[in-house]
Amino acid sequence: MKIRIKYAKTGVLRYIGHLDVMRYYQKAIRRAELDVAYSQGYSPHQLITFAAPLGLGVTSEGEYFDAEMNSVSSSEDMVNRLNAQMADGMKVIDIVALREGAKTAMAVVAGSDYLISFREGYVEPSLFLSNVKAFYEQEKIEVMKVTKTRETLMDIKPFIYAMDIRDSQIYMLLSTGSVDNIKPELVMEAMCRYLDIPYERMAFMVHRLETYMRNDSGELVSLLEAGDPIK
Amino acid sequence: MERLALSDEILMQVEKPARYIGNEVNSVVKDLADVDVRFCMCFPDVYEIGMSHLGIQILYDMLNRMPDVWCERVYSPWPDLDTIMRKQAIPLFALESQDPIKDFDFLGITLQYEMCYTNILQIIDLAQVPLLSVNRSDDDPIIIGGGPCSYNPEPIADFFDLFYIGEGEMVYRELIDAYKENRAKQGSRRDFLEMAAEIEGIYVPQFYDVAYQEDGTLASFTPNNPHAKERIRKQVVTDFSKVTYPEKPVVPYIKATQDRVTLEIMRGCIRGCRFCQAGAIYRPTREKDVEEMKRLAVAMIRNTGHEEITLSSLSSSDYSGLPELTEFLITEMGKLKVNIALPSLRIDSFSLDVMQRVQDIKKSSLTFAAEAGSERLRRVINKGLTEDMIREGAMKAFQGGWNKVKFYFMVGHPTETEDDLKGIAELCEKIAEDYYTIPKDQRIGKVSITASSSFFVPKPFTPFQWASMNTEQEFLEKARIVKGHFLEMKNRKSLTYRYHDADLTIMEGIFARGDRRLAPAILQAYQNGCMFDAWHEMFRQEIWNQAFADHQIDIDFYTHRERSTEELLPWDFIDIGVSKHFLISEWERAQRAEITPNCKQQCSGCGAACFGGGICYER
Repeated sequence: MKIRIKYAKTGVLRYIGHLDVMRYYQKAIRRAELDVAYSQGYSPHQLITFAAPLGLGVTSEGEYFDAEMNSVSSSEDMVNRLNAQMADGMKVIDIVALREGAKTAMAVVAGSDYLISFREGYVEPSLFLSNVKAFYEQEKIEVMKVTKTRETLMDIKPFIYAMDIRDSQIYMLLSTGSVDNIKPELVMEAMCRYLDIPYERMAFMVHRLETYMRNDSGELVSLLEAGDPIK
Repeated sequence: MERLALSDEILMQVEKPARYIGNEVNSVVKDLADVDVRFCMCFPDVYEIGMSHLGIQILYDMLNRMPDVWCERVYSPWPDLDTIMRKQAIPLFALESQDPIKDFDFLGITLQYEMCYTNILQIIDLAQVPLLSVNRSDDDPIIIGGGPCSYNPEPIADFFDLFYIGEGEMVYRELIDAYKENRAKQGSRRDFLEMAAEIEGIYVPQFYDVAYQEDGTLASFTPNNPHAKERIRKQVVTDFSKVTYPEKPVVPYIKATQDRVTLEIMRGCIRGCRFCQAGAIYRPTREKDVEEMKRLAVAMIRNTGHEEITLSSLSSSDYSGLPELTEFLITEMGKLKVNIALPSLRIDSFSLDVMQRVQDIKKSSLTFAAEAGSERLRRVINKGLTEDMIREGAMKAFQGGWNKVKFYFMVGHPTETEDDLKGIAELCEKIAEDYYTIPKDQRIGKVSITASSSFFVPKPFTPFQWASMNTEQEFLEKARIVKGHFLEMKNRKSLTYRYHDADLTIMEGIFARGDRRLAPAILQAYQNGCMFDAWHEMFRQEIWNQAFADHQIDIDFYTHRERSTEELLPWDFIDIGVSKHFLISEWERAQRAEITPNCKQQCSGCGAACFGGGICYER
């Protein structure tokens, strides 16, 4: 049976990179004594896969991984057992059993939404907030895409599904996944160019709100929708 | 805990910020209102290396079990952060509380290898504490050194307030109680050091005067304070049921060099290899209870979630409970899907069977620590491994399906000749030839034999402490002879030979048998930019050369010079139980290439029986 785990990564744990988060959960699952399945061979490893990697320094309340289980208890019990093993900053939010035939989280990720806030001492937040609408309403939002061999101009407007202001922060819903993966930093870089000011990575703090997949009608819905709670 | 000593901007700039945030699973956070004494344990190298060290985990756990003590950790900030901390005058902080270390009561620094000496100065300096013990005030933490290099603490004596000689489980409680008592009566730093000097195993360098002869050797080493003891007796655990072991070791977020559970099964070694310092200073050999090892294995895997477990000791094959423990681990760890990383074992039917069951033969290799190339030289160093044993072991393994062999050698042993050096290549050749006697259809492709050699450094408290160490040129010339001979071997295509750098070895040689006159040179090298010397790419020979030259330090005096057994050695004031008389007799037997039996075969009266425990009383 496959389960999907939703978790939040906040506080000081934003300094832990993606690979280390994977190792962290492998150890946490062992400590929680969940009956996860392992691969065969001399060095068996847990059959778990993560949805969408999160950059160093980024916080999130909508992260996911899938695990193949030999046996399960209730969602509530497994959430509690994992949370009893968490370090400050990591919290398991929900667990569902995936329905028959559900694809892995990594394969179905289609979007993520973010809040961008401003680190003090770099840029004037009001300049950005007052221009969000105009920036987003441009016909095209072009960025320089640098590949190994050449630089090409790419229009990312079709992959920015929404952009708005929320509590003095910039809200954006972006395409995520293996095909058109747009990082929020890329959008902010484009916005800096639009405002004609130099882009500084350190000026912005990124928080991911949720990771989405598309349902049968093509709408973006939470990755939890592929499963059901275990009673 | 969201409060960090470093700003978000700094953490986002440096490599691997997780090195500096603490908050790891099983790290201990206490309420300051409940503790009287704040201790910070330091491994003076980068986090991933320091976090792999068992000794610190043992002491961290032990001190934190004391309700009135909070022990935290610190490691060397990597050069990227080092630069920022200096520029912004950020004081070095402990990981758990993120508080400045200068406000702590104690800073304990483990001394695992000589090449960390400039890193010690980096730690003290970034902590904003005076580098020299004599310049510290009542407000500064007491800086303690311990670990293998404290068996000759003299080159770094000026930087420490005290050294703890021996195993950490023994007198920390006494030391902390003395500290609390002194504070209660509002005593000074000096008052405390005098109290500490009275405690067994504690050495306070500033309470001793050293005088030198005209030829540069020691003339005298005498206490200048009535509280200081003539000799410092190493502290030894004789009953492991009375000491603690970390059942809940700290689990790092980033991958440490040793990312697994480590079970210490035994301390000390029965073998008595004459080059080996650990084999001498950890005498007598003491085994731990096998039932306790089983209990700990399960508990520690539960508490950490690690996916691998390993055993730790010198010469693990000599642990009498090994067959029982490995059988238990293979069954129980198998159920938990935990890998077993075997320590290096003597190659025989038992170890081959175990290896076959826990690892993929195709990917694994056999390891022989032959240490010397000829039968004669192996007798000189008292390495009880004969050519027959090696060939027999290798052959058994080849028949079991192995085809990769690794050899470890040391180059530069006392009495070494060109024949001994050529013996390294010849031994490897014989193993290759043995492999090809197996019929083609019964072997798996080509054999691969890798020999690597390090250069020998004479260490205090070994029978070779009087020996002449080779110069850098001699080392390199010897390595060339070995390399050249490998190229003459018939099966050279199956053989690989590698040797370590000689420049760091020379440095290690200077410090290993150095004295107090080295301290100003170490200080200067640090002040001129040396740090992380153990990292070869950061080692800056020219700064060191300048520092030695400026302080009239003759390198050969410390390395190349053979000492007379009459000479007063800088570390003679330490009593490790093993007598000087025994070491001299071993030094003489080495010259005659005579083997001394191991502790299980026959007691040779080394002196370690004075501690009243271990192998000395089991026979």
